[in-house]
Amino acid sequence: MIDKRVASTAEAVAGITDGATVLVGGFGNSGIPVELVHALLDLGVRDLTVVTNNAGSGETDIAALIRERRVRKIICSYPRSSGSVWFEKLWRAGEIELELVPQGTLSERMRAAGAGLGGFFTPTGADTPLADGKEVRVIGGRRHVFEEPLHGDVALIKADRADRWGNLVYHSAARNFGPVMATAAKLTVAQVRAFVELGELDPEAVVTPGIFVDRVVVA
Amino acid sequence: MRLTARQMAARVAQDIPDGSYVNLGIGLPTLVADVVPPDREVVYHSENGILGMGPAPAPGTGDPELINAGKQLVTLLPGGAYFHHTDAFVMMRGGHIDITVLGAFQVSARGDLANWATDDPTVPPAVGGAMDLAVGARRVLVMTTHTTKDGRPKLVTSCTYPLTAAGVVDRVYTDLAVLDVTPDGFLVQELVAGTTPAELQARTDAPLRFADELAVLGEEP
Repeated sequence: MIDKRVASTAEAVAGITDGATVLVGGFGNSGIPVELVHALLDLGVRDLTVVTNNAGSGETDIAALIRERRVRKIICSYPRSSGSVWFEKLWRAGEIELELVPQGTLSERMRAAGAGLGGFFTPTGADTPLADGKEVRVIGGRRHVFEEPLHGDVALIKADRADRWGNLVYHSAARNFGPVMATAAKLTVAQVRAFVELGELDPEAVVTPGIFVDRVVVA
Repeated sequence: MRLTARQMAARVAQDIPDGSYVNLGIGLPTLVADVVPPDREVVYHSENGILGMGPAPAPGTGDPELINAGKQLVTLLPGGAYFHHTDAFVMMRGGHIDITVLGAFQVSARGDLANWATDDPTVPPAVGGAMDLAVGARRVLVMTTHTTKDGRPKLVTSCTYPLTAAGVVDRVYTDLAVLDVTPDGFLVQELVAGTTPAELQARTDAPLRFADELAVLGEEP
C-alpha cells in the first residue's frame, strides 16, 4: 500500500544531509513552506545550497536559515526584497554565495531537470551580464543563451490538500514554484493544510500528480 | 510642463487596446491599470501565476497568498485563472503577452533596456522576471521620467548600466514626450506643451528625430 503521509514535520525532513541542494517553494510570502523550513532548521544541517525565488524576509523561514549560517549558497532571482536583511548582511560580508538567475530561467532550469533534459537555449539574458561565460547560439536570427538543468536533492513545497498517494491541489497564487520543484528533486516533501481520502480530489483538478511527491505532512 | 505619473499612465493606457493581455511592471507602470478606460476588457497577468488579476482587496480583507509581482495583495476577477511559475513564464517568454509596460533606468536609441541593476556594489543584484518579460512580450512599452532625479538623461545613445535585454523597446512614454524606437533611433511623436524640440534634445543624450506632424502630449486628441 502506498501511504506518503507522515505524522510530523521532523519526520518529513528526516534524512536531509549537510551540503544538500534544497528547492524551497514560494514567492514573497506566498506559498512558502514555513513549517518545513523550520523543521530543516531544527534538523541542524548546514552547508546547504538553497534554490528559491527570494532570499527570505524578516526573521523566519529562509531568513532564519541564512541568519543561522546554514546556507552556503543561494540560487534565486530576486534577493533584494524589503526585509531581506539577513541575506544582505551576509552577502555584504562575503559569507554567502549568490547565483542570480532570471526568474523564468530559474523555473525552466528546474523544469529541464524534472523532464530529464540536458538544458535549453533561451533568449532571456542574452547580451546581459547574466550570460557571461555561457554558450550563445543564434537561433531564428535571435541570440539565445544555453542554460543547464537545476536539480535538487530535496524540494520543500506548500500545497492545500493531499491524499495518501501524494496527489496535490494548491491554493491561489501559493502554487507558484511548487509544481516544477516537485518534479526536479530526488525527495519532494509537501506540507498541506489538510489530508483527504483517496478519490476525494477531482482528478481533473489535481495539479501535481503523486508520482512527483514522496512525503506529505499537515502543517 | 511635465506630466504627472497619473497623466503618464493615462497616456500609456490609450495605447492598450480592448482584449489585450498585459503585464505591468513593478512601480510606476502599475498605475496604468487604474486609468484604462472602463469600456476596454484587459486581462492582467502576474508572473507568479495569475491571469485576470484585479485590484487590491478592501483593507482588512483578501487572501494573503494572492499577491502580485510587487508582493501586494490583489484579487482575482471572474474568468481569472491560476497556474504555476513555468506556465507564467511560458506566457511571457513565448510571446503570448501582448503588451508589457516596464520602468527603466536607461533606454538606448537601439531599444536596449536597462532596468534591473545599477553600478552600486553595496546592493545585491536582483533581476526577477524583468529579462523574460523584456524579451518575450510582443510589445514592450517603457514608462519613465525623461531624466533622473538629478537631471541626467535616461534616453541614451548606449546604456551604461547592465542591460535587461537588447533591442526590445518599442515605445517610450516620459513626462515630456512619447518616442518610438525606430531603426534610425528615437522618433518623437508627441511633445508636451511649452517644451521646444531643442529643449527636449538638451535633456536627451541620444540624438532625436521629430515626427512631421508632432502632436501635443497631454492634450486630448
